[in-house]
Amino acid sequence: MEHTTDTLERVIIKFAGDSGDGMQLTGTQFTNTAALFGNDISTFPDFPAEIRAPQGTLAGVSGYQLHFGSTNIYSPGDKCDVLVVMNAAALKANLRQLKPGGTIIANTEGFDSKNLRLANIAETDHPLENGSLDKFRVIKIDVTKMTRAALTDSGLGVKEIDRSKNMFVLGFLYWMYNRSLDNSIRFLEEKFSKKPDILNANIKILKAGYSYGDTTETIMTRYVVNPAKMIPGVYRNMMGNQATALGLIAAAKKSGLQLFFGTYPITPASDILHELAKYKNFGVRTFQAEDEIAAIASVIGASFGGALGVTASSGPGIALKGEAMGLAVMLELPVVIINVQRGGPSTGLPTKTEQSDLMQALYGRNGEAPMPVIAASSPADCFETVFEATRLAIEFMTPVLFLSDGYIANGAEPWRFPKSADLKEINVKFATEKNGEKYLPYKRDEKLSRPWAIPGTKGLEHRIGGIEKQHETGNISYDSENHEFMVHMRENKVEGIANHIPLQTIDTGTEKGKLLILGWGSTYGAIKTAVLEARAAGYDVSHAHVRYLKPFPKNLGEVLYNFEHVLIPEMNNGQLVKVIRDKYMIPAIAYNKIQGLPFNAGEIREKIESILGK
Amino acid sequence: MSEVTTTPAQPSFTAKDLVTDQDVRWCPGCGDYSILKQAQTVIPELGIPRENIVFISGIGCSSRFPYYMETYGMHSIHGRAAAFASGLKATRPELSVWMISGDGDSLSIGGNHFIHLLRRNFNINLLLFNNEIYGLTKGQYSPTSEEGKVTKSTPFGSIDHPFNPAALALGADGTFIARSMDRDPVHLKDILRRANAHQGTSFVEIYQNCNVFNDGAFEIFTDKETKKLETLFVENGKPLVFGANNDKGVKLDGFKPVIVNLAEGHSANDLWIHDETDRVKAGILSRFFDNPKKGGDHFPRPFGVFYTEQRACYEDGLNAQIAAALAQKGEGDLDKLLKGRDVWEIH
Ligand code: SF4
Repeated sequence: MEHTTDTLERVIIKFAGDSGDGMQLTGTQFTNTAALFGNDISTFPDFPAEIRAPQGTLAGVSGYQLHFGSTNIYSPGDKCDVLVVMNAAALKANLRQLKPGGTIIANTEGFDSKNLRLANIAETDHPLENGSLDKFRVIKIDVTKMTRAALTDSGLGVKEIDRSKNMFVLGFLYWMYNRSLDNSIRFLEEKFSKKPDILNANIKILKAGYSYGDTTETIMTRYVVNPAKMIPGVYRNMMGNQATALGLIAAAKKSGLQLFFGTYPITPASDILHELAKYKNFGVRTFQAEDEIAAIASVIGASFGGALGVTASSGPGIALKGEAMGLAVMLELPVVIINVQRGGPSTGLPTKTEQSDLMQALYGRNGEAPMPVIAASSPADCFETVFEATRLAIEFMTPVLFLSDGYIANGAEPWRFPKSADLKEINVKFATEKNGEKYLPYKRDEKLSRPWAIPGTKGLEHRIGGIEKQHETGNISYDSENHEFMVHMRENKVEGIANHIPLQTIDTGTEKGKLLILGWGSTYGAIKTAVLEARAAGYDVSHAHVRYLKPFPKNLGEVLYNFEHVLIPEMNNGQLVKVIRDKYMIPAIAYNKIQGLPFNAGEIREKIESILGK
Repeated sequence: MSEVTTTPAQPSFTAKDLVTDQDVRWCPGCGDYSILKQAQTVIPELGIPRENIVFISGIGCSSRFPYYMETYGMHSIHGRAAAFASGLKATRPELSVWMISGDGDSLSIGGNHFIHLLRRNFNINLLLFNNEIYGLTKGQYSPTSEEGKVTKSTPFGSIDHPFNPAALALGADGTFIARSMDRDPVHLKDILRRANAHQGTSFVEIYQNCNVFNDGAFEIFTDKETKKLETLFVENGKPLVFGANNDKGVKLDGFKPVIVNLAEGHSANDLWIHDETDRVKAGILSRFFDNPKKGGDHFPRPFGVFYTEQRACYEDGLNAQIAAALAQKGEGDLDKLLKGRDVWEIH
C-alpha cells in the first residue's frame, strides 16, 4: 500500500483505557522509543484512585499523555492531537481533551452494549455511530477481534490473549509515526524472558498492529517527527521520583555519608522507596517504618549517628511528621524531608496533583520552627533540587523540606545527566575536638551552624533534646530571654542561607517589563510554554521560577519591583501569592487551578492576554 | 552480632564519670534515683567505651534520664524513642543503645513503636519505668493503672483495663522479657547486666515508685512484711519457690499452675522448674498478674527473666543484605547509575 508522509513539529497523544488495558505500559513504550529517536518529550500519567476500579467504568479509566516533538518541549501539553481509547468510558472521560479536528483511535469492541452501559451512555447514543464525533477523524479498529484471531493457535487462554491487545495499538502507532519496533521488542524480551509463550504472542501482536497500518487504507498518511535540536549531550529518560532517588544517592556519595531512608508507603511518594531499595550496593539503607512518625524519628536517630537521614511522604504523612520536624529544628541535625504533594485536605485526591502544601511546609509546625523549603520544577530537576536540599541540610545543620508533586513525580522528560565529577562537593565536618573547656554542642560557626559530634567520638559526649536549650551549652534552659534569643538565632540561621544560594534569575524574557509570571514547582513547563508563545505574539511578559521558597533569594524583591504586574499561577487556592504579598507588599495577582490537574499553557496564555489586553 | 561484649581487666571509667553537671530534677524520694544509680554502677563494668553508649528517651519523668548520664544522649518526643533508637542502631550497629521510657510513653502514646521494636528485635536495651501513673503531667491514670484507680482524670475510678506489659511484650515476639524493681538494687543490677548481654531487644520492666502521685503502688512487693509472700523471684533452672521461709512453690498441673505448700509433703522436685527458653511457660508466668490488693487467693508477682530467645537482629539482617549486594555487584558506581541503560546522544 502506498502512503504519503507528512512532517510534524510536535504531537500530543493521549492513551486511555481501562486500568487493566495496559495503557501506562503502551505510553511508556512509545515514550522511550521517541526519546531514543531523539525527540524532546514530556509525559504525564493519570491513574484512577482505586487499584482495581470496576472494569469499563469512568472511575476505572487510566490515561497517559505524551508530548513529543522536534522542538523543545516543556510540558505534557494541553489538548491532544491523537486520542487512543480502548473503551467507551475512556472516550467519555477524555473527549474534551481532544483538539478540534484531532484523531480518535477507537477499539470498537470496547463500545459494545455492555461497555456503553458501564460508561452510562444510552445505546441509542452510540458515540461512534451517532455523528457526535464528526468534527474529529475517527479510526475504528476492532483490536480485540484481530488480536484474538492472530493468536488462535498460540495455546494461550482468552484472558491472556486479550491482555496483549495494547501491543496492537502500540504497533499501529509505531507505523503511523514511522518508528522502529526494535526498542519495544527488546523490552518485551527482557520482561517475558521466562515466559516464551507470552513473549511470542506480544511480539506477534505488536507486528500485527504495525502491518495493519501498512496493509489497510485506514489512514493514508504517515507522520514524521524529526529529532529535536537539544543541547548536545547524552540523554536518558527520567521520571521525577526516580530522579529524586538518584539525587539522594549522589548526595550520599558526594558527602561520603551513609544514606538512611526511613519512610512509610504513601501515594505518590512510594516509588522513591522502591527505587532506593534496589541500591544496597551503594550502601543505601532503606527502612519501611511502622508509621509516618516512626519514619521521621528513625531518620533523626540515624542523623544523630552521622548518617544522611531522609524521609519522604505526601501531605497527610507530612502532617503526622510535624512534631518530629519541630524536634529536628531544635536538635539542628541535618534531615531531608520530601513531600510529594497531592490533592488535599485529608486523604483528598491521592492520585491527583496539587501544590497545596506550601503553607504547611513553611508554617505547619508548632512554635517558631523555621526550616528551609525548596521545590523542584520538573521531573529531571528533582535530581538537582534534592541534591541541593541535602547540601543545605548538611552545611547548615538543619532539616530541609523538599517539595515535589504528583505531576512531576510520575511525569518524565529527557535528562542530560551529569558526570559525578561535575557535581558540587558536599563538605561534612564531624567534630572531633572540644570547642571549649567542655564540648559545646550549640557553639556556632560563622554560618550559625552548630557542630556535628557523633556517638563514638571520645570526649564529646553530650545530650540533645526538644526542650529549649541554652545558647552554646545546649543545656536545658527555661530562661525567657534565652528563649527569645534562641528563636531569633534559629530564624537567622535559616534566613542566612540566602547568602549561600544563587540569586533569582529571569528564566524567559526581560528583567523589566509589564508582566512577570512568578512560578514555583511543577507549573514550570506550562508557564514557560505560554510565555514563549505570548512573547512571540508580541506580549511584554517574562517568567521567573523560584526554587528557594525559604529563604527566598536575596534579590527576589528587586526582580519583582521591576514589573508593573506580577502574576502567580498555582495549583492551589493561592499560597505563594500570600507569602509574596506579605513579604514584598506588592499587589501580586493570584491565578489558581484546583482541579487535581496541572495547568496547561493555553490557560496561562489566556490569563496573560486578559491582563495585558488582546 | 554487633554488641561489644569483651570486658577489659580495668573499666576505663567509673560510676562517677557517668554523672553529668546537670542538677537532677526528679522529686526527692522518686524511684528514678535508684534506677539511675544502678545503671551508673553497672555500665562501667560492661566493657563498653563510654563514647559508644547512647541513651535515648521519649517524654515523661523517666525520660529526663539521658540528661543525667555522661554519655551520648537524646531526649526525643513522646512515645517515639523506639523509632529514634531503631534508626540509630540501623546505621551504627556497633553502638550500645539504651532506651529509657515509661508506662505512658511506651504503652500509651508509643504503643505502636513499642511492639514494632520488639518484633524487629534491634539490639537495644529498653528500660521501661512503670509507675502506673502520669507523673510529669501531674497525676492522671496510665495504661498500667489498675481498674478503679482514682486519679485527677478519673475521680470516679478508672474504667480502663490495664496492660500487662510482660504479656504484651511476649505477644509482640520480644526476645528478652524481664521485670525488676527500683527498691531491689542487687536484682536490678543483675537484670541490667543480663539485658546488656542479650543480643536483641531486651525489654526490662522496672517497677518504680512515684512517691508524689502514686506512692506505694508497689509497696506490697517491696515491703519487708509482704514481699516474701507476694513476689516470686525466678531463676533459670531453679524451682519456683516463694513465701516467708521459701515454704511455698508453684507446680504445673498440665498447663494449670497451682500453689503448693512445701511443708505439706510437696517436694521441691515436683515444682515448676523455670526455663527461660520455654515460651509457653513464660506465657503462663506473665499471667501471674493478680492485683494483690484485692486479697483472696492469688499468685505472687514474678520478677526476673521470664523469657529469652536467640533471634536475628534487624540490623544484622540489614548489614547482611548490604554485604551480599556488595559481594555480588561490587561497590556502586555513581556514573553508571546516573547513566542508566537506555541513553541517546544529541550532537
Ligand atoms: S512525679 Fe513521680 S515519677 Fe515524676 S519525678 Fe516526681 S516522684 Fe518521680
